[in-house]
Amino acid sequence: MRIVFKTDYMQDIRPWKDGYQLVLYMILLAVVAAAPWWLDDFYLGELTNVLIWAIAGLGLMILTGHTGQASLGHAAFLAFGCYAHVVLIEAGVPFLIAFPVAGILTGIAGVTVAIPALRLHGIYLAIFTLALSILMDDIIVLAEPITGGVAGKYMGGVEIFGFLVDRWATPAPFFWLVLSVAVLVTLGYINLLRSPLGRSFIAVRDSEVSAQAMGVDIARTKMISFALSCAVTGWAGALMGLYAGAFNNETFSVLISIQLLMMIVIGGLGSIHGAFLGAIVIGFLPQFLSISKEYVGALFGGNTVAIPGLEFGIFGMILIAFILFEPMGLYGRWLKIRTWFELFPFYRKDMFKRQKSYLKTERLR
Amino acid sequence: MDNAQLLISGLANGCVYGLIALGFVLIYKATEAVNFAQGDFMMLGAFVTIGLTNTEYIGLPFWLALPISLGVMGALGYLVDRLIIRRLFGESQTAVVILTIALGFVIRFVAGLIWGHEPQTLQNPLAGKEVRFGGLVLGMEDVAVIVVTLLLTWGLYVFFSKTRLGLAMQGASQNQLAAYYMGIPVKRVQGFIWALAGVVAGIAGILFAAKGSVDPTSGLLGIKAFAAAVIGGFGSLPGALAGGLIVGVIEPFASRYIAAGYSQIAPYALLLAVLIFRPHGLFSQIRVKKV
Repeated sequence: MRIVFKTDYMQDIRPWKDGYQLVLYMILLAVVAAAPWWLDDFYLGELTNVLIWAIAGLGLMILTGHTGQASLGHAAFLAFGCYAHVVLIEAGVPFLIAFPVAGILTGIAGVTVAIPALRLHGIYLAIFTLALSILMDDIIVLAEPITGGVAGKYMGGVEIFGFLVDRWATPAPFFWLVLSVAVLVTLGYINLLRSPLGRSFIAVRDSEVSAQAMGVDIARTKMISFALSCAVTGWAGALMGLYAGAFNNETFSVLISIQLLMMIVIGGLGSIHGAFLGAIVIGFLPQFLSISKEYVGALFGGNTVAIPGLEFGIFGMILIAFILFEPMGLYGRWLKIRTWFELFPFYRKDMFKRQKSYLKTERLR
Repeated sequence: MDNAQLLISGLANGCVYGLIALGFVLIYKATEAVNFAQGDFMMLGAFVTIGLTNTEYIGLPFWLALPISLGVMGALGYLVDRLIIRRLFGESQTAVVILTIALGFVIRFVAGLIWGHEPQTLQNPLAGKEVRFGGLVLGMEDVAVIVVTLLLTWGLYVFFSKTRLGLAMQGASQNQLAAYYMGIPVKRVQGFIWALAGVVAGIAGILFAAKGSVDPTSGLLGIKAFAAAVIGGFGSLPGALAGGLIVGVIEPFASRYIAAGYSQIAPYALLLAVLIFRPHGLFSQIRVKKV
């Protein structure tokens, strides 16, 4: 086991633990950035998709994983970011301005939503955001002059410094664009968690009452959390629009919201790794299912039948298994495995056991 | 006269929403968890009864199939609690929410596998009969839905506020630890309430399938029932029914008097308005916690 000797107070809040960890992540980044050379175009597209989902997951993770506000409506903000971006691009705004502005606009939309939502707790907030996500579908149809309604909108490539960045024509630059957004968002996220603001997010998640007692302004904290979360989600939405090429009111349905929330739960709530791990599961599950269906079909000599709803059924089962057996998600499992190796003969079974808690309601009757 | 007809059909629809909302509220009242799969339970109850009654499946007589399918739904509710929910004892509400959403996906998938994705109707003795009431024509099913819902809501309300078991359930939800100390078998109470919610979902499903057709995605109706439960205030049984009726009545009137495109928004817009102005529903039960 490596033991990190701390010789400086700054080491406690440095974004990386030690040089070893930093080097590992740099190698990972270099390998992923080189993906266009070791992956074919199809899998490069899939990897891009995974990264876009990971960015959306990071957005939701700020709100749900670190501030403890469950949102079932983030597809609405994906849609907002996507449409804001398209409208700006169509108005002739260059990509490098349109893209950040789309995120900022989504953040502002998020704050507008957050103001009434601040008074809602737990389950009520989940329902509020769920209703929002359902309404977004209808709003997109009604706002037809801007959004194109049911017919939807099309989105070609964008130009950055004279280079064409397009999902189909130039997959590699598009991948690098998505990767750089993902890296920037992740760095921002790591920095956020080191700051007093990030700490107050976590305080609000763990106990609103105690956070208030420690002098955290809960309303303000939640509002900023909403704003940041929605801005990041808006960027993910803008990238999704670029990736999909064509979209309408049904692209960002309420199912996407639910999928997004499930994704970060599978990955591991409250960890940056969780957003990426969950996105990998979400991104590759459909491929995995279709490949295994072909395999099973070939094994039994039957032809492959399409089973409607299979994907969501399997997905639901995986999720139930995770919540029952590994509430900390994939990242929690990874932590356990790593600890097992690091402590080799001394790992105990109950090391990660959480304290039992009992339910207490705020209802009076 | 037209409006009266709209009102009646709205009330009948609203009663189905109200019944699903009752299921939400039952579980919420006793365990403080929210069962997002309640709508899918309803769909499953409908399909179980269809599978037992309809001639292309087993073809049992309706009145024999009724208790069997309610029993099946009760057992299912109990098993869900026993095998899945109970392991989450003491975990956060959000975990249960996500778990039940996932459960809903699984139920929808299984129902699609067994009964297919075509809309189906329950063959029942009330089908096709009508009641004429001063110029109004009411389907017998609509009348049955309204009567059954009222009786059930009243019965559950009395059960919760008067009987020992009902009070024990309320106690168990307010403070699990204290309820243990008072000798309430919290886990058994929780199992019972899930079974009860399963039965209520079964009744809702039977009425729903008798009134119209049901397919595996009918469970998404649960979202509207949610709006109903929230409008009524989670935790109040008559409130759930009232919320269901409000949503049910608003729908036909909105689709008649408001321009198309705006009308389907009405229930959700109402939901948002209620959440913004009365965050805990019209029949609020929560006061701010003081330290």
